[in-house]
This record gives sequence, structure tokens and C-alpha cells, in this order.
Amino acid sequence: MTPTHSQAIPRKAARGFLRKYVFSTDHQIIGKQYYFLALFSALVAMLLSWLMRVHLAWPRLAIPGLGELSAAGAPNGMMTPEYYLSLLTMHGTLMIFFVLTTAPQSGFGNCFLPAQIGADEMAFPRLNMLSFWLTFTSLGALLSSFWARGGPATSGWTAYPPLSGLGSITGPGEGWGQSLWIISIALFCVGSLLGALNFITTTLDLRARGMTLMRMPLTAWAWFVTAILMLLSFAVLLAACVLLMLDRAAGTSFFIPAGLIVSGQMIQGHQGGSPLLWEHLFWFFGHPEVYIAILPAMGLTSHLLSCFARKPVFGYRAMVWATIAIGFLGFLVWGHHMFVSGMNPYSAFAFSVLTVVIAVPSAVKTFNWLGTLWGGRLRLTTAMLFALGFVSIFVSGGLSGIFLAEPPVDVQLHATYFVVAHFHLVMGMAAMFGIFSGTYFWFPKMFGRMMNETLGKIHFILTFIGAYCVFMPMYFLGMAGNVRRYAQFVDPYLQPLMPLHRFITVAALGLGAAQMIFVFNLFGSLFGGEKAGENPWEATTLEWVAASAGKDLVVYRGAYEYAVPGKEKDYVMQNAPDASGSRAEKGARDGNAN
Amino acid sequence: MATQTKLSVLEETRGGDGDGGNWGEGSRGRFGWDPGAALPVGLTGIWIAMASITMFFAAFTSAMVVRAGLGADWTRVALPHILYLNTAILLASSLTLELSKHCLKAGRAGQFSGWLFATAGLGIAFLAGQLDAWRELAARGVYLARNPACSFFYLLTAAHGIHLAGGLLALFYLVARHRRIAEGAIGGTALKVTTLYWHFMDILWLYLFLMLILWV
Repeated sequence: MTPTHSQAIPRKAARGFLRKYVFSTDHQIIGKQYYFLALFSALVAMLLSWLMRVHLAWPRLAIPGLGELSAAGAPNGMMTPEYYLSLLTMHGTLMIFFVLTTAPQSGFGNCFLPAQIGADEMAFPRLNMLSFWLTFTSLGALLSSFWARGGPATSGWTAYPPLSGLGSITGPGEGWGQSLWIISIALFCVGSLLGALNFITTTLDLRARGMTLMRMPLTAWAWFVTAILMLLSFAVLLAACVLLMLDRAAGTSFFIPAGLIVSGQMIQGHQGGSPLLWEHLFWFFGHPEVYIAILPAMGLTSHLLSCFARKPVFGYRAMVWATIAIGFLGFLVWGHHMFVSGMNPYSAFAFSVLTVVIAVPSAVKTFNWLGTLWGGRLRLTTAMLFALGFVSIFVSGGLSGIFLAEPPVDVQLHATYFVVAHFHLVMGMAAMFGIFSGTYFWFPKMFGRMMNETLGKIHFILTFIGAYCVFMPMYFLGMAGNVRRYAQFVDPYLQPLMPLHRFITVAALGLGAAQMIFVFNLFGSLFGGEKAGENPWEATTLEWVAASAGKDLVVYRGAYEYAVPGKEKDYVMQNAPDASGSRAEKGARDGNAN
Repeated sequence: MATQTKLSVLEETRGGDGDGGNWGEGSRGRFGWDPGAALPVGLTGIWIAMASITMFFAAFTSAMVVRAGLGADWTRVALPHILYLNTAILLASSLTLELSKHCLKAGRAGQFSGWLFATAGLGIAFLAGQLDAWRELAARGVYLARNPACSFFYLLTAAHGIHLAGGLLALFYLVARHRRIAEGAIGGTALKVTTLYWHFMDILWLYLFLMLILWV
């Protein structure tokens, strides 16, 4: 953290290192804490994916060092099938909760939501600090399961019972590992709920004078709608976690049916519960969670395409309504994760239709992104490249969602790598591209220095090619019937697919290695980057307003006034009050005259 | 409750204008604020928190309805009669809190404090009554895991009790500062927020009690 917060809004100086950087109530510090927590989680999760990919491609290869991490899970570096499932669970949980939910929303949102709407703090700063430390504790609980007896949970990030509800009889990681998983996720829920409360209140109450909702940057809109999704969906996941924990620890039977025979033993003491009940509760959270991960990246992409094409966002209002529509529809489609659960075909039909309907606002967004680019004067900065990459990856991943929305097609593809390809592209990679573009774009504001653009562009090219090399072939694997979640592919019908698996593994190792360029660039620029100016990207929104403008910002116009005819510069800041020129000015004067 | 908040948002959306139709004073809608005046963030926050708590209990009660319809193992529990008394106590506490607020507005400081103390006392009495209901069930041998209906009884009463205890803490906060609130020095927003939350706990309990009568 360099002392060049020249643009930062001045505030009361906190006393002491602990209060200033650790137990801080400052939204910028908390945002950075979330960001680095997500970065750490992403690196751990990436390492786990490497281990899994190497094992899939070369199942007889002993992985050096793995035996030291878990003597039981990987004797002599050869992982057991159960340990593979532990790694899979931890990879999914880390990525979805601690990276894709944390970095774009809690990280960037904390840093820039108040700044973009002209507030100097979040509505409840102390609650904000509590949210972060709950999330931190939650991560600690999750990671500690690596050293718990039996290792981490094995039931995937979806934790389906009965596997997750019966304790260690169902597998080594299902004892302490699964309990720690549930505790961790419950803590994460509480932290996220408090965070969402803060985001919504801040957006509603603390906007600067003149910052009407329809003048907010699309990033702020995305954080706002995402916070609403979090508020309503994490409450349901918390309830589900409580029920699951009671089944495990108190002998209740919410999810556990009678007559189960596990590991050759009849399960006693449970009867009448329904695993499907968990699936409904979980996916009522789980589907909105997909949009929690992707909406902030969508908002950021709209923001960056406009800024670096030097054009207003094409169809600002349509973008806002598409964001709201996606958020709303996201609550109505959870059943499409359960087409193979024996669901009534009429319900499946309803869920299918609603799912396909989400393609409409998504297509509106994609159309508007292309419309924003059309005829623009593109500035191909690294941030812009990642935003363009987002559009590409989002389309490549999103289109297959329409296939999977059809129950007859999903029944065939559900348990295959087709689904792995789909969600890794549309949710995982696309949101990661959002995180990268946000990092390159906001780094100067967060740390007062510029990131290295050359390294950034190399990082982009390798990541873009790498992402396609890793995940596109998985569509073909899935269509060829390659099952997912298997630790090894030993069946004869899968042998012809092994060369493709090896290709994917090599690509994944390369993609991961390319991320080291990013980490090097990030930390190198933190200390040695070129000093950033007040508004290095010539952007219009309030986070780039100089501190000298004072605290009482007044907003006079929308967020995307680029290339306004008759202006001296090709952009007009939201707080710029000049007498002549833009349509917005005239509108404002007319409005006042009434 | 949540709808009201949402409607206001939509209202303001219409008021706003991407082209900057109105930007001066008075364009801020219900959530606007005058620089210098105390921000109503606490009030907004409590509405939003209540939306989330509603979802939390909606998840529990929908799980209960689904679980009750699943099989033959759903054995109904005879609800302890003290629950009716507890319900009356909780309803009375909402009334005393309203009276307290009314007296503050009318400038009757002594009565304000009295009703506030009464509210906190009734809140404690409610929680004690709920514990007594648990004790009665336990004495009958009806424990958490006996059958799913008991599980939901304990689950819903415990979850409500924890949320109500939060409201009770807020009441203690007000009780501890009742003199300064009566003087008008502090706590206007805190009183409003607590009142809102306390009534919500009341309505939530009526809903849960109805669900318990119908299903458990």
C-alpha cells in the first residue's frame, strides 16, 4: 500500500496499525482485504485443479509432495478416489464462495460502490468489518479441514445428502471434513447477508445529490441487484445448513430417508427424510448464486466497453432492466439443476421454459455490448481486452446453457463434462475475466500506481487461449459421454478420449502458469509501478474525481457521457457542471424551471 | 414489507432520468436526505434485514410443509398450553412499546420509561415462557429427534427465540439510555428501528404459531 492515495477521499485517520489495516472499518481497506482473500483462495483452488487434472491424465503418476499433505488421502503421492472428491469439493467451494462471490462483489463493490455513488463510507462501517471477519473465519474453517481427521468433505460444493448427512460412514471426508464445510458455509452466509444489507442500504440512502438511480454506473447497478440476490438467497442456504447440521449432529431426519445401506451397514435412527428437500433448498440459493457471481462482471464489462470504446453505453436503460430481469428470473429456475432427480415432467417443462427466457435479457446485454463497440474508437488496454474476452467467453459458455435447459438433452448430458465445460466457461472463466478486467482498471485507484501493460497483454493472450483450450474440448468429451466427477477413467469406452484429457491437462498447467505473470505484475506494480494520475483512463464516474473537488459532490449527468459533440474533451465527468452543451444539461435546466 | 421498499425503489427509478431530467433538491424520493440531518440508514437497514429474515423463515416453514407431506412418520405433537399465554404476552409487549412511543411524543417522560421497562419485561417473560414450553415437552419425553414434527417445533421456536433475543438486546440498549432519550438528546432512530423490529418479531411469531397449530 503506497502512500499515494492522492485521489482518496480524506477521512478521519484511524489510530494504530491494527485499527487501520486489520480491524478497519474503512470501506477501501475492507474491499482490499476481500480482494486479497479471494486472490489467495483462487491460488489454492487453482493448485487443487492442477492436482486433479494431472491425476486424470496420468492416473498412475505419483505427485511429489501430495503424500506429505495427506498420508491417508494420497499414500506415496497417489491420490485415492475419495481424496480426489475432497479436492473437487474444496476446489468448487473455494472458487464459488471465496473467489467468484467475494472478489467482484465484496472486493470491488466495497472499494468502489461508495465512491461511484458519491458516498464517503458504507452505511454501516462496523457491520462491514464484521462481514469481512466472518468471511475470513469461514475460510479458515474450510481450509482447516485439510488437516482434519479424514480430510476435507467429499460431497461436492452442493453437499447432497444422504452422502453429506450421515457422517464418516459414507467416506473419510464425511466426518469432520463435512461438518467443517457446513460450519464454514453457514458463517459465510451470515457474512454475506450482513454485507448485502450494507450494500443495499448504501445504494438507497447515501447517493450524492443528483445521483438518481438511472444515473448510476452499471457497475453500481450490478452490485445493487447482486446484493438483493444475496440477501434473499443466502438466507435460504443458511436455513438449509442448519437443517443439514441437525441431521448430522442431532439425529433428526429432514433429509435422511429410512432403510439406507451404506458401506455394508444398515443406517439406524433415521427415517422419512427427503434428499430432494435439500436439493430444492440448495438450488433455490444455488441458481441465484450463479448470477451473484456473474452480474458484477457483466456490469463491469458494460462499464469498461463504454469507457474504452469512448462511446456511451448502448441502451443504458435496457441494460438496467436486463440486470433486474436476470436477477428476478434467477429465482424461478432452480429446478433446472434437478431435471434428473425424477421431477414431474410438467414441473421440468415450467423450469425449462423459464430458463430459456433468461436467454432474452442475456441476449439484450450481449447485443448492447456489441452496440457499444460498434463504431467506437477502441483503446485496447489490458482492462479492455479482458472485457472483450468476457463477452467472448460468456457467449461460448452461455449458449450451451440453452441446450442444457431442455430436459431431454439435459438427461443425456447432465452427468458429463458438457456441464463442466458449460459452467466453467459461463460462470467460472467469465467471472474471472471480470475480476481481471476490474483489477487492471481499478488498480491505479486502489493502489495509486499503474500495472504493467505489456505483462498485462501477455497475461491476457495466454489466459484467453488457455481458457478456450481447457474448457472447449470438454464439450466434446461430454457429447462423447465422458462422465464427470470420476477420479479415473479406466472404462474401455473412455480410452479413446484420453489423449484429449492429456491435452486439457497440459493446457490447464499452462493456463495456471500464465496466472503467475498476473501475480508478479500485481505485486511488482504495487511497489514499483508507475505513479498513476488522477484519472488515467479518462473515465466519467465519481471514483475518479479528484480529492480537491471536495466532499459534497453534486451529480449533473449520467455515467457514460463519452464523445459528447461540442465538448473540449471526449468525456464529461458526472459531476461536471457546465452551462452549455449536452442534452443532459438542457434537460436539467428544463427540469429546474418547472 | 419488502414490497413496500421495492415499490419505493421503483418510484424513484421513475423519478430519475438517465438524461438528467431532475437533479436538484427534492428529487431524492423517500430515501433522500438533507445534508446535516441524521441519515435514516438504520430504518432502511431494518426493512432490508426483515426481508432477509422473512426468507430464512420461509425456507424453514416451506421445508416443514414439504416434510409433513412426505410420509407416515409425521406424528403430531400436543402443543403446550403455555404457548397461548406466551402469544398474549408478546402481543401485549407490542402494545406497551407503542404506548411508550406515544408517551415520548406527548412529552410524558415518566410514562415513556415505564412502558419501555414493561416492554422489556414482557419480552423476557415471553422467552421464559418459551423455555417452559420446551421443558414441558421434554418432561413428556418429546425431544428434538423424536419425530419430524417435534424437530420442526424446536427448530422454529429456537430460531424465533434467537431473533427475538436480538430485539431484546436492542430494548436493553434503549432502557439503559431511557433518560437521555426522554430528554430528546439521542435515540430517535434507535427507538423507531427497535419498534419496527419488535412488531416484526410479533407478527413472525403469530405466523409461526399458526403454522405450528396447523402442522405440528
